[in-house]
Amino acid sequence: MKKIGVFVCHCGINIASTVDIPKLVEDLKNYPGVAYIQDYKYMCSEPGQTLVKEKIKSEKLDAVVVAACSPTLHENTFRMAVQTVDMNPYNCEIANIREQCSWVHKNITEATEKAKRIIKSVVEKALLDEDLEPVKVPVTRKALVLGGGIAGIQSALSIANSGYDVILVERQSSIGGRMAQLSETFPTLDCSQCILTPKMVDAGQHENIRLMTYSELADISGFVGNFKVKIKQKAKYVDWDKCTGCGLCIEKCPKKVPSEFDQGLGKRKAVYTPFPQAVPNKPVIDCENCTYFITGKCRLCEKVCPFDAINFDETESFIEEEVGAIVVATGYDVYPVLNMSEYGGGKIPDVIDGLTFERILSASGPSGGEVRRPSDGKIPKEIVFIKCVGSRDPENHYPYCSKICCMYTTKHAMLYKHRVHDGQPYIFYMDVRAGGKGYEEFYQRAQEDDKVVFLRGKVSKVYQDDDKVVVCGIDTLSGSNVEIRADMVVLAMAIRPSKGIEELAQLLKISIDQNGFLTEAHPKLRPVESLSAGIYLAGCAQAPKDIPDTVAQATATAAMVLNLFSREYLLHEPIITGVDEELCSGCGLCIAVCPYDARKTNREKGVVEVNEILCEACGACAAACPSGAAQQRNFTDTQLSNMVKAILAE
Amino acid sequence: MQLSYYPGCTLKTDAKNFEKSALAVLKHLGVSVDELEDWYCCGVCFSQTRDNLMQQIAPVRTLVKAKESGNRQLLALCTMCYNTLKRSIEFIKDDAEKLETIHQFMDLETTQFYGNEVDVVDILTLIKQIGLEKLKKSIVKTDAGLKIASYYGCMLLRPKEIAIDSPDDPVIMEEILASAGCENVYFPFRTECCGSYQIVNEPEIVKDRTRKIVGSAVKNGADLMVMLCPLCYFNLDEIQQDIQKEDKSFQTIPVLYITQLLALLMGLKPDIHDFSLHSIDPRPVLKMKGLL
Amino acid sequence: MTKNKTISSHRISSEDVDQLKDISGVNVYACYQCGNCSSACPAVEFMDISPHQVIRMVQLGFIDELVKSETPWICAACITCTVKCPRGVDIARVMEGLRQLVLRSDFEHGNLCDIDEKLRKKLPQIALIGNFRKTIL
Repeated sequence: MKKIGVFVCHCGINIASTVDIPKLVEDLKNYPGVAYIQDYKYMCSEPGQTLVKEKIKSEKLDAVVVAACSPTLHENTFRMAVQTVDMNPYNCEIANIREQCSWVHKNITEATEKAKRIIKSVVEKALLDEDLEPVKVPVTRKALVLGGGIAGIQSALSIANSGYDVILVERQSSIGGRMAQLSETFPTLDCSQCILTPKMVDAGQHENIRLMTYSELADISGFVGNFKVKIKQKAKYVDWDKCTGCGLCIEKCPKKVPSEFDQGLGKRKAVYTPFPQAVPNKPVIDCENCTYFITGKCRLCEKVCPFDAINFDETESFIEEEVGAIVVATGYDVYPVLNMSEYGGGKIPDVIDGLTFERILSASGPSGGEVRRPSDGKIPKEIVFIKCVGSRDPENHYPYCSKICCMYTTKHAMLYKHRVHDGQPYIFYMDVRAGGKGYEEFYQRAQEDDKVVFLRGKVSKVYQDDDKVVVCGIDTLSGSNVEIRADMVVLAMAIRPSKGIEELAQLLKISIDQNGFLTEAHPKLRPVESLSAGIYLAGCAQAPKDIPDTVAQATATAAMVLNLFSREYLLHEPIITGVDEELCSGCGLCIAVCPYDARKTNREKGVVEVNEILCEACGACAAACPSGAAQQRNFTDTQLSNMVKAILAE
Repeated sequence: MQLSYYPGCTLKTDAKNFEKSALAVLKHLGVSVDELEDWYCCGVCFSQTRDNLMQQIAPVRTLVKAKESGNRQLLALCTMCYNTLKRSIEFIKDDAEKLETIHQFMDLETTQFYGNEVDVVDILTLIKQIGLEKLKKSIVKTDAGLKIASYYGCMLLRPKEIAIDSPDDPVIMEEILASAGCENVYFPFRTECCGSYQIVNEPEIVKDRTRKIVGSAVKNGADLMVMLCPLCYFNLDEIQQDIQKEDKSFQTIPVLYITQLLALLMGLKPDIHDFSLHSIDPRPVLKMKGLL
Repeated sequence: MTKNKTISSHRISSEDVDQLKDISGVNVYACYQCGNCSSACPAVEFMDISPHQVIRMVQLGFIDELVKSETPWICAACITCTVKCPRGVDIARVMEGLRQLVLRSDFEHGNLCDIDEKLRKKLPQIALIGNFRKTIL
């Protein structure tokens, strides 16, 4: 019989106050298999670990059971410790007598008895544990970044600069994302495009980055280090290999439609680049609005193109690639104003959202940087900004805080005042969240230097009256309801994850939370990993955040990817469910229940085979197998049966 | 379509116009209603306390009578009755403890009400159920060219659990009037409270509200204002006169129940309307638009 | 409203507060004082304490001041405040609770005959009933 060493932890008073440890040790001393038993105050401490190592050597133990807290916390600690004294780590087991015993019971006698049974059952398991070696998995050292905004660009650059290949996939025809639409950024009031475009150019020209714009992820299979992806390249109708970006087609195109980049305020042509600094600076034809596609006539662009780059017969194409890591940086959309019926529901032209106001402020925007209102182009003299629209509203909209609105609204009011010297900006707020570096000082500037009037309260109603927009709100600080006959109203709408995130999450098999954002592996300690190995998160797709935090997170994400690439091979847990070919009849029941597609029939042999790398050790096949051919390593039917017997024994 | 009808106190007295016109309109659209036998006060205003079941007895008794009538739907014309009855159902249904206590107090009744046996419906939802196409076909005065401001008041839209439409931006009355060939005037005070029972003790509140509501409707070019609640009707109609006495510049607007307007547009006999009950006489405007 | 207030756990967990909670069933601690209720209230101009201030005072335990105020009697029970609240606090029920604290106590209810006769004859019944239930004559 194997010699098992049992080490019982007090965990301070966490276990010791509810479990009578001396009695436990006394009662277990003579249990078959227990060659040595000792208790200690904090097993996970260095002296505690040293104790285990010494006793393995001196008592010549074959396996170790540490009765302590949940294995999710210290199983790894102890497994690594026993490895240093040449014990196979899979002979080190944890008996959870804290979360599953001392923390959930009050009666000492009963808790002690329960702890005893738990430890006995784990000893039974350890008696039949085999030495196991982790499975080695190769790694494809290439990354796929989904999303070409600042998060995606930063991630891609950090990975590419370390010498690895990156495929950067972006849905629009140019990278740049939301940051390209902004006017100036807080708190420095840097011109957004001026600080973004160098990075865009870098990404566009980097020898390690393959830029695929106007493209989307179509399919994916595989697992960490070994993904197979299929990318759909949408039909551009312009051959970018021939196109030089001269812009003649755009100039001559007769069809004008509202520009998405300008939030519907300005116009673009049917053949277009979204903005002048686009990367790649080559146009695409919008087939839903192009005259030729609708009526069959025109094709003027084709006629004027000096390089013969227009190709109306182009179709969408698919590219297949192998990558080792995927970064999801798909960014955000703004919650639409039409959802706010109390603020006009999108029917009042001079009530707009913050992103639209950015375009109005922008020098390259529809009004050339002059603040003019959408309805009649007049310069607004009384402008109202409303914060927390759709955010912090669990009853009607979204419960979370969108984080960036306090700062960008303050910025909007300041920029407005800098351009309209005799204008008066008002901001309706509930709180001001200015926690970042330099943010509080920025906010103070708005109040003192720019005389922005901050009114603390919500706005219950906004309606049109003649050519004014009447804002009915409240200033709780002075205790009065306030009514402002404004020229224009800007709403700080909630930040939402980009359209299509649910379908993408399903495709990638990563989870999204109840608000629609991608779920990180742990909110505090693992903020850039998803729960699926090999898929990482960056930017607003994971949660609302500003540019400094986005860049920091994107760089961290890249570091995780580089961490993955730095290893020669990945190690996969070996407690997988194998196949005993003597017992297997090839019935295939296990294949039907496997959620990871890890099992396949071998038709020649007439048995089922398991892909050890895909198997995630869930045990479903072992439960389904009628003959016992599917046994999970170190969780065999015999072991489990012995464990149950030990728990139920008198 | 057969349903029960609960009139309530005011509809038989001050709001006769509402009842007569509503029943005539429904009859013309092929719907007849059975007035409940033996009806009592509906229990208005709905008690917002959580701990006093006494005030649920009146609504539940009404619903018992509705259940006994055998009809699934109960039409409550007065919006305050609608609100009270509907909220009462939401409050007691599926709550065994509350139901037990209430049934103990109603041991003289032969039937017990549990919450899901009767659907309380308002006149607007009922008209939509009958069908807007059917309504459109029944209109004879198609070229009246009327600009109508629809005033909703509180009781049909609040609280959210019994609201018949969006509390901020309802469209049900406008949809019905559009089918009837009217032009809708949207004004920002359509869903604001008229002041309700404060007319008794604090008439200044009602005056303030009436000014805002009527002023907004007039400013947006309405010829007439329509509504459904007898109390809103009283507040807005009667008080307009008082305001005009104090302020000659205040422009008044005639107020009608929506069913009165529909009855006129359908060409039904005008003697169902008792115009003496109106403070602001609507007859001049109605004559001008060819409805009388 | 007094300007100097002493706040203590004794006040915040007092019997009055508990009673109000039992009658109304509302958790006032969800309120973050955005003021939307007061902003939308049709009768706020006539009130001495605005609706959001009422909730604040319930949070701090100043029921005695609230039952002396005019506000619950000016409220027209239109429920707009409740519908506008982003946190789902039922302010209308809190107002009702304050009314009940007074109406259920040893209190002299007014006389129907005190209403002006001409007005009384004109009024629809629902105005009178609403008045009895919700206000003091």
